[in-house]
Amino acid sequence: MTHRHIVARAAVISALLLVRSTSADVLPDNRADVFWSKYSGGGMDITGYSATARAKVTENLALEANYFIDKVSGASVDVLSQASVIKDERRQKSGTIEYLRDKTTYTASYISSVERDYISETASFALSQSMFGDLTTMTLGFSDTHNTVGDNGGTADKPNVRWVGHALSRAYSGGLSQIITKNFIAGVNLQVFTDAGYLANPYRAIRFLDPATQIGYTLAGQTYPATHTSTAVQVQAKYYLPYRAAVTGLYRYYTDTWGVVGNTYELDYTHPLRNKWIFEGRVRYYKQGAATFYSDLFPFAGSQNFTARDQNLAALDNTTIGAKVTYAFLPDGWRIFKRGTVTADVSRIRFNYLDFRNIKNFGVPAYAPGTEPLYQFSANVFQVFVSVYF
Amino acid sequence: MRSPRIMLPGTVLGALLLSSACSIQPWVKPYERDRLADPIMAWDRDAISSAYLDHIRESREGSRGATGGAGGGCGCN
Repeated sequence: MTHRHIVARAAVISALLLVRSTSADVLPDNRADVFWSKYSGGGMDITGYSATARAKVTENLALEANYFIDKVSGASVDVLSQASVIKDERRQKSGTIEYLRDKTTYTASYISSVERDYISETASFALSQSMFGDLTTMTLGFSDTHNTVGDNGGTADKPNVRWVGHALSRAYSGGLSQIITKNFIAGVNLQVFTDAGYLANPYRAIRFLDPATQIGYTLAGQTYPATHTSTAVQVQAKYYLPYRAAVTGLYRYYTDTWGVVGNTYELDYTHPLRNKWIFEGRVRYYKQGAATFYSDLFPFAGSQNFTARDQNLAALDNTTIGAKVTYAFLPDGWRIFKRGTVTADVSRIRFNYLDFRNIKNFGVPAYAPGTEPLYQFSANVFQVFVSVYF
Repeated sequence: MRSPRIMLPGTVLGALLLSSACSIQPWVKPYERDRLADPIMAWDRDAISSAYLDHIRESREGSRGATGGAGGGCGCN
């Protein structure tokens, strides 16, 4: 399933996002959001609904709550190769408390994400410190995640979940944001994750050559290392152009103990119009190399200690083109509301796998094992949300 | 054990940095930060939307982490 074993990662990122939107010295305005999203691609349809509210209890203390539901249906390429479809739901709840003291903001949050075959809980703590005349903001963060991993041996309508293991994940992060000139701001983030436990996706399988079978290969379970450490560094810069518009560039380097190396490049352009509209366009390119124990087709059963054929660990690249528009309403406020915005965001992502082959519907006699077409697909991502500030 | 010859310059540099940190004057004055305070200069205007896009990517890529940014803006207080 798409959410499997990465829910925890998303939870950690979400926790840290709560910090990133905070600038030191002043807690952000009270805000409520209603959010809808739709992902379609690779045979999967995922519809998300979310509601968030944050409010300052005092000038120094803010509380935030979020509820998110993802409804998943369809069948991804790896699931199709094993002839079953997916119908699932993920419910995520989070609560955050934020406390500002002098030039430091402390944030503590708890996130719980539940699917019928995956449970993830994350507790996190972060601080953000403004210094050097508020030209510099430093952030430090820590999060601790506990995952329980299940395998649905039944069908989409009649599930039969067997719990197969636990995984623990810790994330350590640090960041620095620096005002360079009155038009230019730059930042750097570092994050290290350590994971231990059951780290594989139970729904994905390896295949190895087996001349005794009609299709020439046999599917078998993956075997992952029980530990995983990864490091990511991102540098980013934002520049206010000579007219009222901004351009952002970022680069991220990722490496881990499984041998995956990833590079991300992104360029954004933001252009407001008459204080009512903000238009944004973005282009993102991502490329990674495969994990050392990944193979699309192993030569025989038990050919090596660790084996994976999870497409997330394959060599791949993807390109995203996105556009976003925000319209401001209630310019003079209404009752308790100071202002409101409605935003629409659309992205198109093209995924290309460089050593992951599409074995869906390619049994006898179309292709010999290892000569099937490489897997590729496009996805569309839509988001619409209404935000009110009070 | 490190030799004092190596440690001394580091200690002096550290002491200088620490002492100078207290006296650094902001070279972009608060009244010059109107552009930085413009919402278009925020690292992330909509955290929920960014978290969702990160989730989409993390579900399909081997990489993770170090996204986003904190602070910036006018820092006017």
